[in-house]
Amino acid sequence: MDVPLKWLAQYVDWDMSVEELAHRLSMAGAEVEAIKRSGGEWEQVVVGRVAAVDQHPNADRLHLATVDFGADEPLQVVCGAPNLAQGQTIAFAQVGAHLIDPSTREPRRLRKGKIRGITSLGMVCSERELGLSDEHEGILVLDTDAALGTPLADVLGDVVLDIKPTPNRPDHFSILGLAREVAALTRSAVREPSATYPESTVSARERTSVEIEDAEGCPRYTAILIDGVTVGPSPEWMQDALSSAGMRPINNIVDVTNYVMLEWGQPLHAFDYEILHEGRIVVRRARPAERIELLDGSELKLETDDLVIADADRAVALAGIMGGADSEISDSTTTVLLETANFQESSIRRSRARHTEGGTEASRRFEKSLNPELAELAARRAAALIVETAGGKAFAGIVDTYPGKAHTPQVVVPQRRISQILSVQPSVEEVRGILSALGISNRWLPPDRFAVSCPPWRSDIAVPDDVVEEVGRVLGYDNLPSEPLPGAVPDPDIDRERDLGERIRDVLTGLGLREIITYVTVQESELSLTASEATSETSSVRLQNPMNAAQDRLRTSLRPRGLETFASNQREARGGLGIYEVGKTFKARPGRQPIEERVVLALVGGEAPASVHGEAARPLDFYDAKGVLEQLAAGLDVELGLQGGADDAALVGGESAQITARGKPVGVLGKLMPSLAGQFGIEGDVFALELSVAALAPVLRESETVPSPSIYPAAVEDLALIVDRDAAAGELAAAIGGNGLVEAIDLFDIYEGDQIPAGKKSLAFRVYYRSPDRTLTDRDVEKARRGIVRRLESQFKATLRDS
Amino acid sequence: MVDLEALEAEARASLADAGDEPTLDAWRVEWLGRRGRLTSVLRSVRELPADERPIIGAGANRLKGALEDAVSARRAELLAAADQGTSIDVTLPGRRPPLGSLHPITLTRRMMERTFRDMGFDVVEGPDVELEEYNFDRLRIPAGHPARDMWDTIWIADDESGGPRQLLRTHTSPMQIRYLERRKPPIRVIVPGTCYRYEATDATHEWMLTQIEGLVIDRDLSFAHLKGTLEAFVRRMFGADIETRFRCDYFPFVEPGAELGVRWHGDWLEVLGCGMVHPEIIEDAGLDPQQYTGFAFGMGVERVAMLRYGVRDIRHFYRNDVRFLRQFEGRR
Repeated sequence: MDVPLKWLAQYVDWDMSVEELAHRLSMAGAEVEAIKRSGGEWEQVVVGRVAAVDQHPNADRLHLATVDFGADEPLQVVCGAPNLAQGQTIAFAQVGAHLIDPSTREPRRLRKGKIRGITSLGMVCSERELGLSDEHEGILVLDTDAALGTPLADVLGDVVLDIKPTPNRPDHFSILGLAREVAALTRSAVREPSATYPESTVSARERTSVEIEDAEGCPRYTAILIDGVTVGPSPEWMQDALSSAGMRPINNIVDVTNYVMLEWGQPLHAFDYEILHEGRIVVRRARPAERIELLDGSELKLETDDLVIADADRAVALAGIMGGADSEISDSTTTVLLETANFQESSIRRSRARHTEGGTEASRRFEKSLNPELAELAARRAAALIVETAGGKAFAGIVDTYPGKAHTPQVVVPQRRISQILSVQPSVEEVRGILSALGISNRWLPPDRFAVSCPPWRSDIAVPDDVVEEVGRVLGYDNLPSEPLPGAVPDPDIDRERDLGERIRDVLTGLGLREIITYVTVQESELSLTASEATSETSSVRLQNPMNAAQDRLRTSLRPRGLETFASNQREARGGLGIYEVGKTFKARPGRQPIEERVVLALVGGEAPASVHGEAARPLDFYDAKGVLEQLAAGLDVELGLQGGADDAALVGGESAQITARGKPVGVLGKLMPSLAGQFGIEGDVFALELSVAALAPVLRESETVPSPSIYPAAVEDLALIVDRDAAAGELAAAIGGNGLVEAIDLFDIYEGDQIPAGKKSLAFRVYYRSPDRTLTDRDVEKARRGIVRRLESQFKATLRDS
Repeated sequence: MVDLEALEAEARASLADAGDEPTLDAWRVEWLGRRGRLTSVLRSVRELPADERPIIGAGANRLKGALEDAVSARRAELLAAADQGTSIDVTLPGRRPPLGSLHPITLTRRMMERTFRDMGFDVVEGPDVELEEYNFDRLRIPAGHPARDMWDTIWIADDESGGPRQLLRTHTSPMQIRYLERRKPPIRVIVPGTCYRYEATDATHEWMLTQIEGLVIDRDLSFAHLKGTLEAFVRRMFGADIETRFRCDYFPFVEPGAELGVRWHGDWLEVLGCGMVHPEIIEDAGLDPQQYTGFAFGMGVERVAMLRYGVRDIRHFYRNDVRFLRQFEGRR
């Protein structure tokens, strides 16, 4: 909303700079997005005074003007204007100013020049040179007492505040509404514009009628009938006002409707009464296949949901949005039917969205939900202005059809509520002064309450706290006290899954992986990348209006966006790439909110680089990913098992495993199928580690106690075994660890080849025996070893190597 | 006749060759051990002719003492040399254990959470897919309300089950209602979470964003407590010297409503929206709004992260370029 300050000043006074005014309005809730100046910036053009006029020595028609413009030294310029005289206050353009060239009428930059041998160091400007009008007969003489050197823009132009109203304040879409804000901030009162006009003795009801078929869509419709008008240009002051607010003047009748809309925030529309069939108004929904041509020339095919203003036979306006072309005010119009109505915001919004690009000045206001009480105030003001500017006479009374009339409730505000909420206690007079300046009628109900009612231009004063806000914001939030929170600190909720997610982030980051956060949407075709249980078409959540039409599903796995991220970073990843995400997946449930499950996905791949210290480069492999899993398990203090061959549609069967905790599946580990990796543009192998945080949370160790280490020494022995080539080392280790004296086992060598029978391999374990309560003897260890070997022999057909 | 001089010369020569601790030990065994060469000389003294005995005996004993000293001196010499060390190229790269990084949004979210936890706030989360009722209606934003335009919404497609309308939450505010359904005052909680807006992406707008919602309800809390709490938060986040201001703003679920701005490099920047919890929301929670009052606030984590790290384009956060993420190694 553009608010020209000269227009605003008609209703209210303020004694502060534009910047201060804008700041205080913003702080009180009417946000000033920009301070604009109308009439051009006039850079380098300032107020000056003609200190002396001398004849040009070389030209009869030229003079030399000495101009004082507040600088240390006055300057001399050559001037040919016949009206130049000593003592005039003028617009002085300094060298470098942007002016309009009076002959070409193109903008140009003023330069230092010589005219008939005399140097001219600036220019005394005409209106044409300033772009104000076509006038170029003489210089512009200013009527101002502004100090010399004041920028011309401050004197001649208007300052416009660009206000961004909040949705609860449709009155901020009006000059008067903002005048009331200024009045409250300066504790003054607005000057209400006149809304009285003479009426004829004939009642308007005798000439027209208003019928509302859809009271929900149109809570109120008022019509005023004025005949004998002469359509022509509106007065200059009104045209200037409209132009400064960014609207184009059209004719006196239409200009009045626009002027009053800007003044009061209530849209109005004027019909040529003679064009209306039977001279009456019907507010109804459009008929099937009904059409209308609007003022802007567009031809609409209406829908039966569109609310229209019709005469006896046809739609003549799209309600609250734009009038029809047929019934528009023309030069030959003599009788005007002035509509001031109220329309339901959602109905206007639907029609606007259907038929216009960005809406109209009228629809923007109706969509903010106007109070129907406002209509009559604006109607009377507009009628007065039409009679004033276009002549004619109004028929008596207003035809007011008001099915939506509601009682305006009185809001009773205990004085204590103000101090309870704001922690300050303004006096009764101060509160009443603020409310009155805002135009909110109020009474003091002794001993301790205020009675307040919502004014017609607002709808947001309904409960006592609404009034508290008015007081608080006018006092200024920054002037209210500030205190630390008192009272008890509540017990926190326990959220194991969230806590575990955070711990996983810390451990994986500590292991050298990088956290990523990706979008939650995937393509339908990417759903098949999801693990095990067939995530079918129906179990994904589909978006009605996705940001990216292709990605219209919520993810059922972190894989698609994770792999995309892996691919896009491959080139930059020197020395292997390890990324992870902790995030939610979504699984649909008919009629209910989806199941949101927190999962973690880590992706590892690329090449560990060679080092200058002798380590060779090598591609990262399954065991790098497994190492991450093992360290993650250690870092979370949880025991995780692996079962070879995960049933997973995206992983290579023989190079993957299911991760279990207490025997229950909690995730998968394995190599992504190279064909899938290729689809994402990944070169080389990539290994995925995926865990359900939700499944893992319940198996976390509850106890935080730790056993004390044994004070007795360990006995260490190596155990070299020959087993079948496909025997799982982990199972052998588990069998060795089954012995009660075994404290730890390291697998330190795997060997196939010479001295080992075909189809067999040798595994060498270092076994640490230790007892918590005594030093082990050679016999103890010997006995334990024999037990272990027997077990391995029977369970794995293992034999001891060169024992 | 034993030539003690020759023996000494030999012992000293081989001691000079001993360059490390094991060799020194071996040398000691060879010369001074129980079966060492000097020891055997001493043992053999009594077999010598009587006139030679005192001379050789005294000489051998003196030599033993001298060699003991010599080996100690040699050991000290070697230790001194080891402390001196050899010369390596210290500019060669080290063997670096990998360093990971947390995402900048996680870092900033956690910093904000820590700050509120320090002030006694609980931290909870809520669902990303919300019911229209919780995201809007129960927050006093019914269908058709002009304020709905403040949040462009991504809707869940109707599954034809006749269930309630669902959407991707446009803010974390629905958790105000859900938390109030199960907790009684005193309430002091923040809700971090991902939110979604149907909004074109540019340098300052993302359709996916992270928000932190706050809710505080107790007996007789006022706007002064809102100011005090949020000023303390901002000081802890941005430094004790940060300038703040509160201007009036509108959110349907608070009254009075406000916006907190901070002065950042000379400009006022909006950091969060806030206000006193609307009495109808308190009443809907089964509490008496005359007695219980409180405040709520909401802020964008990306916004704070952009200020903190000097990131000019919000799209960096979810582009996940490792060159961007790498810079957050070592950050807390």
